[in-house]
Amino acid sequence: MSDLISRGFRGKRRPAEPGRVPPGQYETRDFPVLSAGPTPRVSLADWDFRLTGNLDRERRWTWEEFRALPREKITRDIHCVTKWSKLDTEWEGVSVETLLEGVQTSAEYVLAFCDGGYTTNLPLADLADGKAWVVDTYEAEPLPPEHGGPARLLVPHLYFWKSAKWVRGLRLVDEDEPGFWEALGYHHYGDPWREQRYWND
Amino acid sequence: MTDAKSQSFAPPPVVWRKAELLAILSETPRVKTLWLRVPGWPGHRPGQHVDVRLTAEDGYQAERSYSLASAPERELPGRENVALTIERLGDGEVSPYLTEQVRPGDRIELRGPIGGYFTWAAEDGGPLALVAGGTGVVPLMSMLRHRARLAHPAPAWLLYSSRSFAEIIYREELEGLAEKGDRTHVLHTLTRSAPPGWMGLRGRIDREMLATRIPPAAARPLCFVCGPTQMVETAASALVDLGHDPARVKTERFGPTGA
Ligand SMILES: Cc1cc2nc3c(=O)[nH]c(=O)nc-3n(C[C@H](O)[C@H](O)[C@H](O)COP(=O)(O)OP(=O)(O)OC[C@H]3O[C@@H](n4cnc5c(N)ncnc54)[C@H](O)[C@@H]3O)c2cc1C
Repeated sequence: MSDLISRGFRGKRRPAEPGRVPPGQYETRDFPVLSAGPTPRVSLADWDFRLTGNLDRERRWTWEEFRALPREKITRDIHCVTKWSKLDTEWEGVSVETLLEGVQTSAEYVLAFCDGGYTTNLPLADLADGKAWVVDTYEAEPLPPEHGGPARLLVPHLYFWKSAKWVRGLRLVDEDEPGFWEALGYHHYGDPWREQRYWND
Repeated sequence: MTDAKSQSFAPPPVVWRKAELLAILSETPRVKTLWLRVPGWPGHRPGQHVDVRLTAEDGYQAERSYSLASAPERELPGRENVALTIERLGDGEVSPYLTEQVRPGDRIELRGPIGGYFTWAAEDGGPLALVAGGTGVVPLMSMLRHRARLAHPAPAWLLYSSRSFAEIIYREELEGLAEKGDRTHVLHTLTRSAPPGWMGLRGRIDREMLATRIPPAAARPLCFVCGPTQMVETAASALVDLGHDPARVKTERFGPTGA
């Protein structure tokens, strides 16, 4: 909290449902696009999803194999570190729980890797228990490339940069290592309810 | 984008600071530049931004991001001065307040600098190909000001789209840079209306402009594209089509600002 009142500022985007939007966020109906570079291009014939790193054996799914996995519909609020939150977004995809089925590992962290070179780090526990998905469908349509298609990670309980676009796999690692934005001063964990935007928050 | 690690640095803590508004300059009918003195400001790299936080009497707060417009070398006396350039969105929450309601002497909370990827500083070299739409010119202006202050030898191109002549931000300063003969090339395109006798480009930034008005991929320019989402999406993918290395095309989108 601040002891500085902005003279004459009243604000006009007070949340309709208090408690639904985390501190410092405001609700938007648009779906803004944010990424650090051009939208990468990948053909579905070349696409695959991999689990690598510290596990009993690597796993790999082609696009067809991925599409044949058990799917879920997900409706969640999402929170971007650039201050917008979007409520009740609708996705479809495969739970990370499903991808991790039968995997034996002592790793506690994950580095998600993507086309275009983007990475982001997460505790493995944050991807388990139905808290995260690899989604390929947004509002009943194939996920558009600028929003991360063909597939992106969806980890709605963390700031949205953790929901890596164009995701191609997860590397299971023993030590937490910073991903792309995390190495550039953003928070390692990124809980919007604790406003963990930057590294020292 | 793969080189983020090699660029990583130990950033200064991002803490809220109470800035004092020193001066307000009118850039266009809808755009103002705010000069602020930020106690303890740690300095920045051109391209970085700050978060501004407003607090209403009942404790309600709104936060938005604004790019740093000034060069890291401060033009006004005092190492702690920074400039933000803000466009008023008619129905916005924060930008009408910052462009219409504040006055010199007011205090405004901000923290930063933030963002380490969409940045350029002298040691990154060139040539520079800057592509801007509307207020997307702000972080690019910080780069051009930095480059001019250092008399940096890398040539620079700015391809800059505005709705109309009157809405060109920093028009005179850009003219001055282009006339200095230090290999700064400024190309304006107007999307909605142009004055009689307009000699510049017309229409939105497209592949054709990017193919002919900025250095080709073979020259390996460092490309920075900033503006409304659709413009950034179009320009960045056209640059890749034209053979530019995706790792040398950096983008920044200003969020749900339409434009
Ligand atoms: C990294 C970064 C750098 C930026 N740099 C700059 C800069 O240098 N200069 C600059 O001018 N801007 C910049 N921006 C944009 C800036 O952060 C704000 O988004 C902008 O000023 C609009 O804020 P606002 O509060 O006035 O409008 P908001 O209240 O956020 O509204 C923005 C628009 O969205 C619509 N809208 C949003 N929410 C709702 C809702 N709930 N209901 C109805 N309509 C809604 C409104 O119609 C409005 O036109 C930057 C953004 C980012 C992410």
